[in-house]
Amino acid sequence: MDFLTVVQILDSTVRLATPLLLACLAGLFSERAGVVDIGLEGKMLIAAFFSAAVAYSTGSVWLGLLAGVAASMVFGVIHGLASITFRGDQLISGVALNFLASGMTVLIAQDWFAQGGRTPALDGAARFSSIDLPGAGALRDVPFIGPIYDDLISGHTILVYVAVLMVPLSWYVLFRTRFGLRLRAVGENPGAVDTAGISVVRLRYSAVLICGFLCGLAGAYLATGLAAGFVKDMTAGRGYIALAALIFAKWRPWYALGACLLFGLLESIGNRYQSLDLLGLQIPSQFMQALPYILTVVILAGFVGKATPPRAGGTPYVKEK
Amino acid sequence: MDKLPRWADVALIPVVNLVLALIVSGIVVTLIGENPFDAMMIMVNGAVGSTYGWGYTLFYATNFVFTGLAVAVAFHARLFNIGGEGQAQLGSLGVALVCLYIPWPHWTLALPGAIVGGALFGAAWAAIPAYLQARRGSHIVITTIMFNFIASALLVYLLITSLKAPGMAPETARFPEATYLPTAQDFFAAIGIPFARTPLNVSFIVALIACWLVWLLMWRMRLGYEIRAFGHSEPAAIYAGISPFRITMVAMLISGALAGLMGINAVMGEQQRLLQDNVLGAGFVGIAVALMGRSHPVGVLLAAILFGALYQGGAELEFETSVPREMVVVIQALVILFTGALDGMVRGPLEKAFLRYRKQPKPGVAAE
Repeated sequence: MDFLTVVQILDSTVRLATPLLLACLAGLFSERAGVVDIGLEGKMLIAAFFSAAVAYSTGSVWLGLLAGVAASMVFGVIHGLASITFRGDQLISGVALNFLASGMTVLIAQDWFAQGGRTPALDGAARFSSIDLPGAGALRDVPFIGPIYDDLISGHTILVYVAVLMVPLSWYVLFRTRFGLRLRAVGENPGAVDTAGISVVRLRYSAVLICGFLCGLAGAYLATGLAAGFVKDMTAGRGYIALAALIFAKWRPWYALGACLLFGLLESIGNRYQSLDLLGLQIPSQFMQALPYILTVVILAGFVGKATPPRAGGTPYVKEK
Repeated sequence: MDKLPRWADVALIPVVNLVLALIVSGIVVTLIGENPFDAMMIMVNGAVGSTYGWGYTLFYATNFVFTGLAVAVAFHARLFNIGGEGQAQLGSLGVALVCLYIPWPHWTLALPGAIVGGALFGAAWAAIPAYLQARRGSHIVITTIMFNFIASALLVYLLITSLKAPGMAPETARFPEATYLPTAQDFFAAIGIPFARTPLNVSFIVALIACWLVWLLMWRMRLGYEIRAFGHSEPAAIYAGISPFRITMVAMLISGALAGLMGINAVMGEQQRLLQDNVLGAGFVGIAVALMGRSHPVGVLLAAILFGALYQGGAELEFETSVPREMVVVIQALVILFTGALDGMVRGPLEKAFLRYRKQPKPGVAAE
């Protein structure tokens, strides 16, 4: 494996980690506020479809992004209605929304475009184009630093940089603002927050909306940045990997960045090699694909560092009368 | 005093939820430019209008009975087994190994063998998440989701390496003919009734027996009582000397075994070989079936037949109109949403209505 191959693998790692990171941060906000969300997958999928469909129809990727985010936030509101207002089962609501997205996207895609449940291929202004950071061209020929700066750091779409910036932003909001403190408190002990005279319902709804917004970005990136259009079930389990990354990261923003990069790297290596020769041992690509899930189970089992979820996660809050 | 009479809880609420799901589905059908009533008629006709329709409806229903019972048994212990998909995949693998590597003389012997194989493999796949939940406190929902993905990767790996039959496709060789299960067509032909050629087979009877056994276990046996007691209140169960570890393990093993049994219908009964995905989402349909059936075997059976009809009707709908099959997934999602997550939306107003009705006791009847 030469140096350029390594840079290429890392470059694709960054691309593949971006939707995971956005979805993972989305789940972080929701779960920190005590609303468990296994519907990340569905939100990404519905956002992917609407961003691609609107971007194709209007020719503007920005309108597409807006539509994708809006669709994902609508799903967030449904999840909020089910799990906050009507105190239903949050897990079941998430499962239902995943199916709803999987069915609805194909249904609408078939009705609008009649291409077997996909959108037509996007090009030009209907896609996010890559951004060349200043000096990328000039540095290209410098050994070592050139390829790293030119391939790895520069030349991604805007959403990649947004996703990376979201990490410190999420950290700041959650751990350095009053809103973040309350949000975390509502996920640990909603009763105490309520006693302090702060609305549990409003806090949880804002968490669910932030979650919808970030999942919307993740889905839009999938369909208009990473790929050129929507295809059926294109999230392909990424929402669940993001969930796994969230546990792996123990519900912390910076760890989430690490976990998503790790899972992105595994996917990138799995895409590139059919099987990997490691110290004379043949590792099949299926094992690489399953590795994020296996690692998460190991983490969950508490053999390597205990992952403790927010204490009030998954339980609807019932105000005392 | 219960807020709702039993019949309202068992029948009225599920029906209202189902009607709500169907109304929203109707709106969706209207929005994509079809008449919802015509679509409904096509689906009903396609599902139960012919022996062909019935054959497929009950064939799908057989899968959903197994996965639905799997989710239901776990629900009774207040465990959400979302891993039916993976357990059914492993169960399929177990069924395939039994059929491929043991030279069965006749299907009457092969079927019990395959039942043991499917149940063992399904249970084994549920055992690890169950153990991690019971001993290490890792959330069973997350671990079973992870195990779905691991199962699917494992099956793909096996089917392109050691189990692969000669040829291009990633699948096993066909099972020997002695393991083929008799179909409904064979049955009815023996008594002189013509029945269309469908994959409906003797597994349907096994599914009915499984329903009866689950009822027997949950409501007539000590173990079932312990599972339900544990599900109702863990502290009370512990106080009564019921071991949480044992109940979590046993409930999940039974659940996984039931999901694994789906393999006898899908693999042995229909495909007669192992494919990369034999389950095709039936594990998830099991969640909807268990929710609609209120985790009772009779309810699960009825809900499974309903969903079997939906799947078969959906296939006909795609054939006759421009509505793709994914309509079924939408209906399924709405059923899960309304019966599972938005249950409180219907229950709250209904409870109020019944309470108001009860506040005026009839003359001569003593108040409860």
